[in-house]
Amino acid sequence: MTTIAADAHAHDHHDADHKPGFFARWFMSTNHKDIGTLYLIFAIMAGVIGGAISGLMRIELAEPGIQYLHGWAQIMDGPDATLDQAYHLWNVLITAHGLIMVFFMVMPAIIGGFGNWFVPIMIGAPDMAFPRMNNISFWLLIPAFALLLGSTFVPGGLGNGAGTGWTVYAPLSTSGSPGPAVDLAILSLHIAGASSILGAVNFITTIFNMRAPGMTLHKMPLFVWSVLVTAFLLLLALPVLAAAITMLLTDRNFGTVFYDGLAGGDPELYQHLFWFFGHPEVYIMILPGFGIVSQIVSTFSRKPVFGYLGMAYAMVAIGVVGFVVWAHHMFTTGMSVNVKMYFTAATMVIAVPTGIKIFSWIATMWGGSLSFKTPMVWALGFIFMFTVGGVTGVVLANGGVDDVLHDTYYVVAHFHYVLSLGAVFSLFAGFYYWFPKMTGRMYSELLGQLHFWVFFIGVNVLFFPMHFIGLSGMPRRYPDYPEAFAYWNGIATHGYEIMAGGMVIFFINVFWSLFAGRKAEGNPWGEGATTLEWTLSSPPPYHQFETLPVIEDAHH
Amino acid sequence: MNILRSLVIAGLLAVAPAVVGQGQAVAQDAAAAPADSAIAAGDNAATAQEETVAAPARMKPTEGIGMPRAGELTLQEQFSPTGREARWIHDSLLLPIITVISLFVLALMLYIMVRYRRAANPNPSKTSHNTFIEIIWTVVPVIILLIIAVPSIGLIAEQYKPAPKDALTVKVTGYQWYWGYEYPDEGIPEYVSNLLPAEKALENGEPYLLAADNRLVLPAGRPIKLIITAADVIHSFAVPSLWVKMDAVPGRLNEKSFTIDKPGVYYGQCSELCGVKHGFMPIAIEALPPAQFDQWVRSQGGTPAGESEETSQAAASETAAPAKI
Repeated sequence: MTTIAADAHAHDHHDADHKPGFFARWFMSTNHKDIGTLYLIFAIMAGVIGGAISGLMRIELAEPGIQYLHGWAQIMDGPDATLDQAYHLWNVLITAHGLIMVFFMVMPAIIGGFGNWFVPIMIGAPDMAFPRMNNISFWLLIPAFALLLGSTFVPGGLGNGAGTGWTVYAPLSTSGSPGPAVDLAILSLHIAGASSILGAVNFITTIFNMRAPGMTLHKMPLFVWSVLVTAFLLLLALPVLAAAITMLLTDRNFGTVFYDGLAGGDPELYQHLFWFFGHPEVYIMILPGFGIVSQIVSTFSRKPVFGYLGMAYAMVAIGVVGFVVWAHHMFTTGMSVNVKMYFTAATMVIAVPTGIKIFSWIATMWGGSLSFKTPMVWALGFIFMFTVGGVTGVVLANGGVDDVLHDTYYVVAHFHYVLSLGAVFSLFAGFYYWFPKMTGRMYSELLGQLHFWVFFIGVNVLFFPMHFIGLSGMPRRYPDYPEAFAYWNGIATHGYEIMAGGMVIFFINVFWSLFAGRKAEGNPWGEGATTLEWTLSSPPPYHQFETLPVIEDAHH
Repeated sequence: MNILRSLVIAGLLAVAPAVVGQGQAVAQDAAAAPADSAIAAGDNAATAQEETVAAPARMKPTEGIGMPRAGELTLQEQFSPTGREARWIHDSLLLPIITVISLFVLALMLYIMVRYRRAANPNPSKTSHNTFIEIIWTVVPVIILLIIAVPSIGLIAEQYKPAPKDALTVKVTGYQWYWGYEYPDEGIPEYVSNLLPAEKALENGEPYLLAADNRLVLPAGRPIKLIITAADVIHSFAVPSLWVKMDAVPGRLNEKSFTIDKPGVYYGQCSELCGVKHGFMPIAIEALPPAQFDQWVRSQGGTPAGESEETSQAAASETAAPAKI
């Protein structure tokens, strides 16, 4: 009996680690961990491009006047590029930065990357429900990204590229942008959206059907809850975006007038449709971050998450309410007084579940036994920075106050605090937390801590002054500004330089750790790490849980 | 003949987008021309040669009033009643509340990080529920939000109060990339307002990128109603020191009412991405004392409100056309 069991185990082990050849493994993958790795590599590369673009913008904005933009336009559009082409290039840069960071950095990293890697493991499943669909979800991103990057080399109005902003508002994106660039950008969004919808279907099916015995919905780790809610948001919001941009496409090319006010259409319709997608989209980017931070705070406090059910249903509440607040992005479009009052009140409601999350994280740490490893400091940074970004959201929620702040740098500061210091901090937290699990090697703790502090100081110096120039009235999406805004813009650019230094440390850490890092044990974090991924080796076997784990009742 | 006609139509259709785009620009230039030539002399809405009434001299802006201040930390000083109320809500209600909340969270975190670090607290508690405290941190934020919501909703109601009948109406039109201002009741046809070039701005002692060649001239102390629209893409008419921001949407007429407290020059900038020169179509308002405003209206060939009808009838036929957008 015992011999047979031992034999079976050995056989299992052999099977579990049987990897296909290089091409089949990475180009035809059906393995959720490999696909997750591909997503992460893709997101890092897209993040480098999107981050470099923001560097260009910060250099140009360091001082009033046009310093470099004209030179860059001459590189892009030929030596006789006009000043108008330079200004167009500016709009292309802001558009590309937004679209790349939202659709090709945060979403692929946080849902495609960490979601793929850890949702199946955390619920005790061998893989995703639809492994081949998982593969196409990833590979659709490649043509999507190629179309977006390609759009910058074809005409889009006065210069090359789509200069519409990431919101692609009509009629600037229809009659205002002749040439194929905007069409390519729209198709890019279509394909990226299809990729996300397929991914969402896969996650929902996996989470509902493939949980290990005993893993009830109310025992799932909060990261899995967060991905579940996110997948529903994707499934409900992205088709609306697809419809909105399809109508843009037909307005542009086939003579329809959905968004043409002079012909019976309405440009505001586009904004309503876009933000019906766009507001849930911001929760799509941040909810998985909430999940990651919950896991990390619990692990490094050696305590179960405080108010687990409240935490899970706060995310559900944020997801639901997130669908009925969209028009707070449109407070200055000339809506009626009752609509403005409704969206003001509804938007403020979101602060309640968000507050529950913040306080529950704090209560999780209260009474805990805290260690400040790199993932934990990123998570702590996340909690505070997200609070700062959240409270400025409460200010902006007031429609009457928004009249002066709308479309200024105050808004830029707000959404970078929740995304660039929120979602991105949670990404780094998750990256350091799971790096040993994914690679089998420990990262350098020293470099990780250094990365945190340099990056933390950098982004705060970069984005905090934007509150000031926003309050005093500097509009967004301007390549040049009056002298009065020069001081804080200069400081912000220095902040970017510091942050870029932090990113250099990050990449040194990644490459050093991959090649020379200490070998990681199955559970490098000790007794606080209670989720299933820490019961596996680091890295996990190629196929895990061929025998399903059984989750006992004493989980919490 | 028919073949020829259909060929022409087909050709027109093929280049329609271009023609429409240029046609608009040309028409606009033509419409703007009279106003332009009338005020060519002093790049001011001033000295119209053929008029007997001289326009008031171009007002000099006051440093730091109606414009951002260098290195400023907070909102611009407000010069309208809603602006003052809104700024009070921000400075005395919202800003203190969000600052206290942020500092409270920070203080809790710092306390926890010291008190419950592993060296100080090696054995973690296992508490994971406390219904009372969960109710507290749900109810207290609700109360705080209610405290914010009451004046905030009041502010919105205030901002939407319709302008009184005697309010001065100005039609504001956003174009790529300049503004057009028209006074239908006074019979002043549309004139355009462009960015004042850097050298000119320096010469005038005005801030570059905020200064405009022809300002929007308004009376101080009288209710004003702006009818805001656009001719091509969406723009946004924004003046931070008057707490005014309203999108200019082609095919729509948006209304914004306000009163300017006192005479002065108030600057703003287009606040909705509208193409390549989005950053280069500033808004400059010159608020004059009522008597001087009437003088300005006369200098433009218009009739101040409540004066004779003969000239205004002549003007009426002129102004009827552009209103049908």
